[in-house]
Amino acid sequence: MRTLLIYALVILTGIVFTARLLYLQVFDNSLKLRSELNAVNKVYDIPQRGFIFDRNGELMVSNQPSYDVMVIPNTIKNLDTTAFSNLLNITKEQLETSLQRARVYSPRLPSVILPQLTKDEYAHIQESMYRFPGFYIQKRALRDYQVNHSANILGFIAEVNQRDIEQNPYYQMGDLIGKTGVEAQYETLLRGQKGVMYIQKDRFNRDIGPYKEGIYDTLPVQGKDIKLTIDAALQAYGTELMKNKRGGIVAIEPKTGEILALITAPSYDPALLIGRERSKNYTQLYYDSIAKPLYDRGLLAEYPPGSTFKMITGLIALQEGVSSINETVYCNRGLRYGQNAFLGCRVHSNPVDLKEAVAVSCNAYFGTSYRKIFDKYNTPQEGMDAWEKHLKSFGLGNFLGNDLPIGKRGKVPTSDYYNKIYNYPTYKWYSTATISNSIGQGEIITTPIQLANMTAAIANRGYYITPHILKELEGDVTKDSLYTQKNYTTIDPEHFDPIIEGMFDVYNKGSARSLQVPGIEICGKTGTAENFTRIDGKKVQLTDHSIFVAFAPKDNPQIAIAVFVEHGHFGSRYAGKIASLMIEKYLNGDITRKDMEDWILLNSLEDEYAKPLSGEPFRINQ
Amino acid sequence: MQSSVRKGKFDWTTIFLFIAIVIIGWINIYSASLSDNADVFFNFGFPHSKQLVFIGLSVILIFFILGVDSKFYERFSSIIYLLAIGSLLGLFVFGSTIAGQTAWYVFGNVSIQPSEFVKAATALAMAKYLSDIQTNIKDFKDQLKAFVIIGVPIVLILLQPDPGSAMVYLAFIFPMYREGLHFIYLLLGFFAGFLFVITLAFDPPLVIFGILLIALILFLKNKKKKPNLLKYIVICSACIGFSLSVDFVFDNVFKQHHRDRFNIVLGKEVDIRGVGYNTNQSEIAIGSGGWTGKGWTEGTQTKGNFVPEQHTDYIFSTVGEEWGFLGSFIVILLFVLLILRILHLAEKQKSTFNRVYGYSVASIIFVHFFVNISMVIGLFPTVGIPLPFLSYGGSGLWAFTVLIFIFLRLDSQKHIHG
Repeated sequence: MRTLLIYALVILTGIVFTARLLYLQVFDNSLKLRSELNAVNKVYDIPQRGFIFDRNGELMVSNQPSYDVMVIPNTIKNLDTTAFSNLLNITKEQLETSLQRARVYSPRLPSVILPQLTKDEYAHIQESMYRFPGFYIQKRALRDYQVNHSANILGFIAEVNQRDIEQNPYYQMGDLIGKTGVEAQYETLLRGQKGVMYIQKDRFNRDIGPYKEGIYDTLPVQGKDIKLTIDAALQAYGTELMKNKRGGIVAIEPKTGEILALITAPSYDPALLIGRERSKNYTQLYYDSIAKPLYDRGLLAEYPPGSTFKMITGLIALQEGVSSINETVYCNRGLRYGQNAFLGCRVHSNPVDLKEAVAVSCNAYFGTSYRKIFDKYNTPQEGMDAWEKHLKSFGLGNFLGNDLPIGKRGKVPTSDYYNKIYNYPTYKWYSTATISNSIGQGEIITTPIQLANMTAAIANRGYYITPHILKELEGDVTKDSLYTQKNYTTIDPEHFDPIIEGMFDVYNKGSARSLQVPGIEICGKTGTAENFTRIDGKKVQLTDHSIFVAFAPKDNPQIAIAVFVEHGHFGSRYAGKIASLMIEKYLNGDITRKDMEDWILLNSLEDEYAKPLSGEPFRINQ
Repeated sequence: MQSSVRKGKFDWTTIFLFIAIVIIGWINIYSASLSDNADVFFNFGFPHSKQLVFIGLSVILIFFILGVDSKFYERFSSIIYLLAIGSLLGLFVFGSTIAGQTAWYVFGNVSIQPSEFVKAATALAMAKYLSDIQTNIKDFKDQLKAFVIIGVPIVLILLQPDPGSAMVYLAFIFPMYREGLHFIYLLLGFFAGFLFVITLAFDPPLVIFGILLIALILFLKNKKKKPNLLKYIVICSACIGFSLSVDFVFDNVFKQHHRDRFNIVLGKEVDIRGVGYNTNQSEIAIGSGGWTGKGWTEGTQTKGNFVPEQHTDYIFSTVGEEWGFLGSFIVILLFVLLILRILHLAEKQKSTFNRVYGYSVASIIFVHFFVNISMVIGLFPTVGIPLPFLSYGGSGLWAFTVLIFIFLRLDSQKHIHG
């Protein structure tokens, strides 16, 4: 009896299964019908990508139609590859390679065979498409650039690659995705959301209407239009000024942190990176390792700030209470701070107080201030910690957290850093060892956007708002609190006035005397950064980088700017002129200093850049 | 003479059934994994090619198992069992998580699922325990020990979590019943399953109300016989307690996808494109097969990849579509014959160890067969366990091969060791 139970169960199971199979396979005809109706095709409705406007509502980027030749590999029938490649005007090998790629991706899903045809090409090909089953033409929107500058800001879009698809299942072969710049940063806003329609197919793969009356279908969500903080006119003007030069310009509206201009030179026309020439052009830009047109110098280039940094040294000395406004220093063509240790300076009137020291850019004054700051503390380590804390409050030495996908930290040295390089405590180090920091020549490194932001913080007398590029989203002006909150520096507001007066005097009687713009009170500061490179393994000095920071007007600052020109020699030579012209352009709209404009437009630094590459001896700082 | 006796006689009927099912399995895996690239015959990237390698390795495994003296398996059963449990414990440290289950050891390209092999080890341990002269399965204490033997792997596998594989261990009720376990346990098992499904199908308050109502009716009906009120209360509260704990387990221990699967079969939720998709698609595939099927590699549902996991758990739907009722019936017949053959051989064994082991083998194959095919033809919730020898996968194939061929080895020497 016991043995029979499991036998019975096994046989019973066999009988039940057989009965169920008989029912499913032989008697229930609805299932057969359903298998014929089973094939469901997904059809995507790709929404139009959002437009990009500048801060004044001027259209920068829109869309244009383009046509892709698509394939679903396992629906190809009797393909005449020769005829088809002739029609598409590509070689047979190219066609076969793309077909192979499509098959590997998926035999059942659509892939792009030939992307981005123009309207004319489309008209020509479209007539003959019926002869090639398995292929069809899909309309797509391409970017249409209304400006020929700002490629570094806008970024570009390109077809997704295998990695994009793996990382985000939203994307499919042939979809476009923002790769850099604003297109990448605000990809999800700009692209919108694809709509899906499920189309019921019969077993001959014919459409027989929406699957389940379309209950699973979704509507596309249109891409959103965005308005940037960029002033397109200013951007265009800056690009023009930077022709034949290398460097970066960053202009910020101090009160809001909005980036008015972000220029890198050399750059390229964004229209180069659309259409079928895209990959050829991109390769060309990518491999230009000398001029580096894809490298955004405004955001990424790290240089020593040079004398533009002296204001910060002055501010810290005031805040630490180690010097006062009226205290003077006598500068005997420099500062002797030890045996055989001398910080050189130029000839200027003597003695200088803080305001004059800024105006004439006196190295001795700020070297002295730097030593006083350190002398206040028991150890140089504590002094360095205090110094570092102040610098960081100006947004130096770290990512600013702006809404652009790339950036650099720059560098603010710490006490740990010096302990390590001087092998503390075996060897001791003192403020004299790091005194070059006081004039922006030591271990401090900044990016142009950090310098612009630092200038904005001075203009605002003690705070900055994180720089950002997005102004409005489809008419919605509310910003992320990150881009509205004030980041206060560690310096009290009252200490800024003498520094600002000093910067004003740079224009009145200092190194930027010749750059005055009638009717605008500009405060600025020149800087020069020494520039070394390696040629054949030897350290060689090249012509200095020209740096300038400025803001204007003095009492109600509308623009803060940092300009950086590689190999531009001293600050007022290139960078200062460009900064003054940019300020005038932004505030007044037209230029009164035509002489200055002409000089900048006419002068090229290409010869200077070619010098170290020529292989011949050359002279610098001419 | 002596040597031929030692070698013994292998049961060729079982071997033939085994070979037939494995070949049918490979033919269908080939078709199910071929849908995309029709021109590839051998490519290690495709399941059918891998399965060919797995089958080749299982042949080596068979010679190894048959080469060992049958006494070995009885003598070392405890150690094998402990090693197997160790391999499950090791998963918590060295295991890899695939599809949410920490059930795999991964060595380069090869993944091994120990829970498949633990079945054989548990079968050996159970056989050893029940064949012990001191064990009396009618005794409650010994019953408890037997349940511990199957309980340990169940708990460890539930923790992976792999409820499907854990469920298979209930198969051991059958050999225990065969050796004298009271019928009430089987009944209890069935009743628990019934109550389990009922609780999930209806809400617990309704079930409790039902239990109380039935108890009341029985009580009133038997009133003249002066029934023991206490007995009624105990049984009622046990039922209610079970029902409530099922509800707790369902809501708190099960993952959402387990819940969904039960809900589909119970008709609580029907969502063709969602979780019910598997069952629905596999029914469509099987149903479209008709009497004789669409022919090998001609299944449109199979080719269109409409049935997910078709080369593993849902392989039977390929059989149904491409070979029709005829083919599916043959597969079912082969399984029924294989199970009955093993049971028949088990009954003929002289030693209790061999008999219990044989029963365990038959029961494990039966539970897999029952649960998998019920799931594929829409009679049971989606429980992810493979169909022995047919489903793709090295661990599964080797584990069942080990299971069967240890038994064939024991059977071949029943005259000398029995």
